[in-house]
Amino acid sequence: MNYEPVIGLEIHVELLTRTKMFCGCPTMFGAEPNTLVCPVCLALPGTLPVINRSAVEFALIVGLALNCNVGGFTQFHRKNYFYPDLPKGYQISQYDYPLARKGYLDLEGDSSRRIGITRVHLEEDTAKLLHPGDTGRITEAEYSLVDFNRAGIPLMEIVSEPDIHSTEDARLFMVSLRDLLRYLGVSDCNLEEGSMRCDANISIRKKGESAFGVKTEIKNINSFKYLQQGLEYEIKRQIGALDHGDKLVQETRHFDSRTGRTSSLRSKEYAHDYRYFPEPDLVPMNIREEYIQELKSRISELPQQRIVRYQRDYGLSKDQAELLTSNPALCKFFEESSAICTDYRSVYNWIFSEVSAFLNEKSILIDESKITPRNLAELITLINQGKISGKIAKEIATEIFKSGESPVDIIESRGLTQISDESDIKQIIDEVISENPKAAQDFRSGKTSALAFLVGQVMKKSRGRANPDIVNSMLQQSLKEQ
Amino acid sequence: MRFYELTALQLLDLYKKREAKPSEVIESIFERIYEDDRGLKCYLTLTPERALADAKILDLKLKNSDEFGVLFGIPTAVKDLISTRGIRTTCASKILENYVPVFDATVVKKLVESDFLMVGKTNMDEFAMGSSNENSAYGPVKNPWDITRVPGGSSGGSAAAVAAGHATVALGSDTGGSIRQPASFCGIVGLKPTYGFVSRYGLVAFASSLDQIGPMTRTVEDCALLLSVISGHDLLDSTSIKRESVDYLGSLRRDVKGIKVGVPKELSGEGIDGQVLAVFRAALARMEKIGVKVEETSLPNIKYALPAYYLIAPAEASSNLARYDGVKYGFRDDGASGIREMYRRTRAKGFGREVKRRIMLGTYALSAGYYDAYYGQAQKVRTLIIKDFSDAFSRYDLLVSPTSPSTAFKLGEKVDDPLNMYLSDICTIPVNLAGLPAISLPCGQSDGLPVGFQIIGPHFSEERILNAAYALERELGLNWTVK
Repeated sequence: MNYEPVIGLEIHVELLTRTKMFCGCPTMFGAEPNTLVCPVCLALPGTLPVINRSAVEFALIVGLALNCNVGGFTQFHRKNYFYPDLPKGYQISQYDYPLARKGYLDLEGDSSRRIGITRVHLEEDTAKLLHPGDTGRITEAEYSLVDFNRAGIPLMEIVSEPDIHSTEDARLFMVSLRDLLRYLGVSDCNLEEGSMRCDANISIRKKGESAFGVKTEIKNINSFKYLQQGLEYEIKRQIGALDHGDKLVQETRHFDSRTGRTSSLRSKEYAHDYRYFPEPDLVPMNIREEYIQELKSRISELPQQRIVRYQRDYGLSKDQAELLTSNPALCKFFEESSAICTDYRSVYNWIFSEVSAFLNEKSILIDESKITPRNLAELITLINQGKISGKIAKEIATEIFKSGESPVDIIESRGLTQISDESDIKQIIDEVISENPKAAQDFRSGKTSALAFLVGQVMKKSRGRANPDIVNSMLQQSLKEQ
Repeated sequence: MRFYELTALQLLDLYKKREAKPSEVIESIFERIYEDDRGLKCYLTLTPERALADAKILDLKLKNSDEFGVLFGIPTAVKDLISTRGIRTTCASKILENYVPVFDATVVKKLVESDFLMVGKTNMDEFAMGSSNENSAYGPVKNPWDITRVPGGSSGGSAAAVAAGHATVALGSDTGGSIRQPASFCGIVGLKPTYGFVSRYGLVAFASSLDQIGPMTRTVEDCALLLSVISGHDLLDSTSIKRESVDYLGSLRRDVKGIKVGVPKELSGEGIDGQVLAVFRAALARMEKIGVKVEETSLPNIKYALPAYYLIAPAEASSNLARYDGVKYGFRDDGASGIREMYRRTRAKGFGREVKRRIMLGTYALSAGYYDAYYGQAQKVRTLIIKDFSDAFSRYDLLVSPTSPSTAFKLGEKVDDPLNMYLSDICTIPVNLAGLPAISLPCGQSDGLPVGFQIIGPHFSEERILNAAYALERELGLNWTVK
């Protein structure tokens, strides 16, 4: 029998706002437990939520980038259920009036592979439960601890239509979404730290049918690989069941990365009744059209468009353009540097070799380092003008990273200009020949390898400042003359 | 001198003339509380050490400066569901028996900034759910007019404290009449401000879309004074409205001649005790005497207010009270073996009967399949009631009614009859549903018990309401002493 999978994804991302969704606590990752908390996110009696404006803005920007309808009336609802990681006993979320709805994402910019976006909404994250014990599993722990640092961090949920029909496209959808969200600067989408998580709904039907089969939901997937593996397992399992004439049940399943299998968590018959109702502590919002227009102008260029522009205007390859586009801060740096220095290829190469190596070593972002687009542009220009060698340039770069001084200042203060004046070089060459008579003799008697040694000595004596091409030709000439 | 008998304005006058010191006044109040052997139980927590220490600082201020806060040295009682830093805040519930807040409610901050003195935290119906104060987990308050009777609820402790001279003024909260009805039963003045006019930050939520903090005092002047302190916009409360507080005292004496008052027939006929009606009508006649035009009118949808209220308020409460789960603070039953059982046992033991009844009502009203029929329908009724009021206010400056259908009833009389108990708030509930301001002030007695007169105005008409209330108070000249 010929089956096709029907897949829809729900993706949760933590937003990169400075503060939490409904209070002023910072959103840092990795702080000591229960240090980033206040009466509001601990749900102390009498506290009230206040909406984080920049979280709303981020969700609207994402809505626009995903071609959604945004604007007009929108409101928060309470989703009621009991769990120790939910301090208020309800989660403030959105229900029938999300911030954005009815959009789409084209896989690889191809409108024939369009995945519908049902909705984009905001909610608050829950606290983190820790289960002391060797395994860290709830069933083997005597008690559990709650860390409320994560409680209240803004969470954006993006729900796709069931338009995905292969596990590869599911993976691609999630990757594209990650790239888009990173590009827009709304989330770091770090799957390992849990700032991007995915629930996948999947059912099977015979090819050509339009009705949906019985679906299962794989919860809390935190890797692209697991998404694909989990879905592949589910497809096989569901097809196997149908071929055997077994009945599938609608249920929530868990993917175990060690076994590569999914197992049943709970069936939908035990589904919660969340008793949604409008959050009375918050007033509904009315998003004005002028505001939407302002946000639109801010995201005028999307990743696919930028990749094309980089290839066209800077002569980068597709791979190079994609790599650069995936990092908005580097894009900005590249474009600013390229506005001063038109050797785009060198600018690109420097950013992805010396500069990146330095940033990685220090674990900092480019905005946090002392190098500026102008520094880099000047440095490359100096190399191209033959004023400094590549080796000296690297030394200067190290100095820029440290002090932030301009390359010209560094060269002047340390006398690092390349020596191209022949009379200066001639003097050093003469010294080297008289200090190394044996090597000079060896060269004259036909041992060409001695030349490299002598060039090295000249370079050393000039502290690397002599122009190596000139040294080479002048040295040969001097040796022959003497 | 018996300072506890004086009003806030009288005390302020004495302070200005240096004829009294805050420490003497607060001592007089605590003496009165300790020597009163009627067992009124107005307070759940008294704070004499803090009050005396604060008073001594004010004594010094009085000596050295002429700058007084608006509530300088005024002994104030605070309802025990308003969060006070470092002072136990129980909501009269077992589940919060040992809960000590780490922050002050916005209103408490404002009181502190205006140099008030805190007497303590007043008794109430558990989580403000009740009309008689008999739902307190720590035993009911008794009415100082007759200790066999209830003080009303839920702000019964605040009302009784002010009436009995156990405080000069008090804060209450009003979700369906919880300031006005006990004010009426105890013969004092109580105002429920426009929804959004007083910050709810730090007010432990019962029904978020209805709750409002307000002043409870012995005179309209004191009421105006306290309102000017606690009202105003607060960034911490998103439902708070951007409107600044004004000096209500300054405009109290304006002439009320020519203002038009409507008397909704639905709130002044059937269901109202005959003697209460008679006292109310006599007061109406006095209003006409001072030039107020009085006419009968109608609020046709008001009959649906009570059922709508008993869907909306419990629905919101069922969600608001979910945080009392034994995980983070407050009471936890330790005998449980798992989380579900811990929840069940903690909440079964921690909450009283009425609270559990309302949580169940509200949970049911919000359930899948019932939402539209109950919560959804109740919200539509709410819209109709708002429209009824706005129609009426296109014709009248104010609306008036008795505050409660009866005077204070006997302790135990309605405990086993929740529906009858709920009817006690029939005149006050519609006001909360519409988010309007309303005051209750004494207008006479029936069989030796006080009767309350309710004045309702359009949104943000506190000035007009206080003005009319002050005129009526002066015309009636009741001048009741502390009980």
